[in-house]
Amino acid sequence: MGKNSSMERLYNGLVRENPTFVLMLGMCPTLAVTTSAMNGLGMGLTTMVVLALSNMIIALLRNLIPEKVRIPAFIVIIASFVTMAELLLEGFIPSLYDSLGLYIPLIVVNCIILGRAEAYASKNPVLPSLFDGIGMGLGFALALTCIGAVRELIGAGEIFGFRVMPRSYVPCTIFIMAPGAFFVLSALTAVQNKIRINGERKGKNMSKLQSGCSGDCLGCPGKEGEQNG
Amino acid sequence: MSDLMKVSSNPHVRSRVTTAGIMQAVVIALLPAAGFGIYNFGMDALILIAVTVAAAVFTEYAYEKLMGKKVTIGDFSAVVTGLLLALNLPSTVPWWMGVIGAVFAILVVKMVFGGLGQNFMNPALAARCFLLISFTSMMTDFETDVYTGATPLAVLREGGAADLLDMVIGRTAGTIGETSMIAIAAGACLLLLLGIIDLRIPGSYILSFLAFLILFGGHGADPVYLTAQLAGGGLMLGAFFMATDYVTRPISKKGQYVFGILLGMLTGIFRVFGPSAEGVSYAIIIGNLLVPLIDKATRPKAFGIKGGKSHE
Repeated sequence: MGKNSSMERLYNGLVRENPTFVLMLGMCPTLAVTTSAMNGLGMGLTTMVVLALSNMIIALLRNLIPEKVRIPAFIVIIASFVTMAELLLEGFIPSLYDSLGLYIPLIVVNCIILGRAEAYASKNPVLPSLFDGIGMGLGFALALTCIGAVRELIGAGEIFGFRVMPRSYVPCTIFIMAPGAFFVLSALTAVQNKIRINGERKGKNMSKLQSGCSGDCLGCPGKEGEQNG
Repeated sequence: MSDLMKVSSNPHVRSRVTTAGIMQAVVIALLPAAGFGIYNFGMDALILIAVTVAAAVFTEYAYEKLMGKKVTIGDFSAVVTGLLLALNLPSTVPWWMGVIGAVFAILVVKMVFGGLGQNFMNPALAARCFLLISFTSMMTDFETDVYTGATPLAVLREGGAADLLDMVIGRTAGTIGETSMIAIAAGACLLLLLGIIDLRIPGSYILSFLAFLILFGGHGADPVYLTAQLAGGGLMLGAFFMATDYVTRPISKKGQYVFGILLGMLTGIFRVFGPSAEGVSYAIIIGNLLVPLIDKATRPKAFGIKGGKSHE
């Protein structure tokens, strides 16, 4: 896979630089809305649409936006797409709109979106930027759906609203409350790290990333400025 | 760890006190309360205690084996955690709930943070709160064949009167280990005599709790009400056996008094103003979280330094 090819961007967003499990970005919606698999999927896909479109527009305008006002310019673009997404959700999927509530307008300040605009879309051509947005968005959606599914399974005995546990199963309610989000996120991140470390031991160098990141988030020199949101 | 320790020149004084010795003493001191719980609630309590302790020890063993670490179940701390957790459960809960609690206590609260000495809150109480939030209705169902009523604290909260003698002896509904004030006091006396715990934390905890009740409890200094509040819940067990946990209490003497008073105030607030009748568990784990702050604020000044400002 060549650098910046469409497939490479998708793989990068889904696995290698997964925004939730590897980059640890966008923690606020991750922890807050994943009370069920459906909420996680809805939030992830909404974010993906906004991310892909804003990445594309920002890449189109990257030579027109003056360096000094780039952040406000990015925010205006992102906010426009979020408003569109919010109105569309309210009109066509009101149940999801109700359960996500305040977290839809808050997509504007989701640091994955601004982060990709700043780190990728403002420096790269349109097509890779679009696929970078789709890849990152899919990675976010995948992570949120996984977390939501585990929390829903343990906390309510269901996945996507279908009962999968036997009738005698007693739901462990803490998992659909706030502490459960932290338990599940940290456990899944640990599993993900374990798989990555095992892969590295087998000789596959997974830490050699192509966008200027060593993959070692703890030892990352730029972590002070980038890990908020 | 041992590389980091600064060892002064010899001669060194060696002590026979070991972690395992202290933990064994705590187990022995908990036996009266456990025994009375089994006498009081029957076979259910015995099975629950056995399963919970076994699950705690096995979890620690399995984690350390899987992670390739030194197996530390010989220090008896897992036994203490399992036993304390079981004593904090109603005898009516199914056995698997004890297992879930024990696994949570050992795995999430203790081992993941680095094992004994690194846990930031009392594992047994953290697990009890985990179970309380997860399975609220089962954890607050104290109806057994022997007792059909609510716990004394719940009765008291509804404005009823509880039989003081029953509460002191322990013939009431409640969790397995909390009901008998006498059995807990016997174990606590043993630990006090052995010098394993002292009265700083339990004393300041209980006194500040009483002071809070006299001021805000709405019954003034009514001795019946105060005794009932002392004997009728987890306060005694919490004050002597869980607030005094070496790992999660402040180090300095001044800090320990602050800690005890904080616990007393929190328990009072939870019991008087909170939505449920009991509040000892939450008070102690919130207190545990504040221990680093208390330690920082009450750091003793180094010898020979003026004004209490030590070098950072």
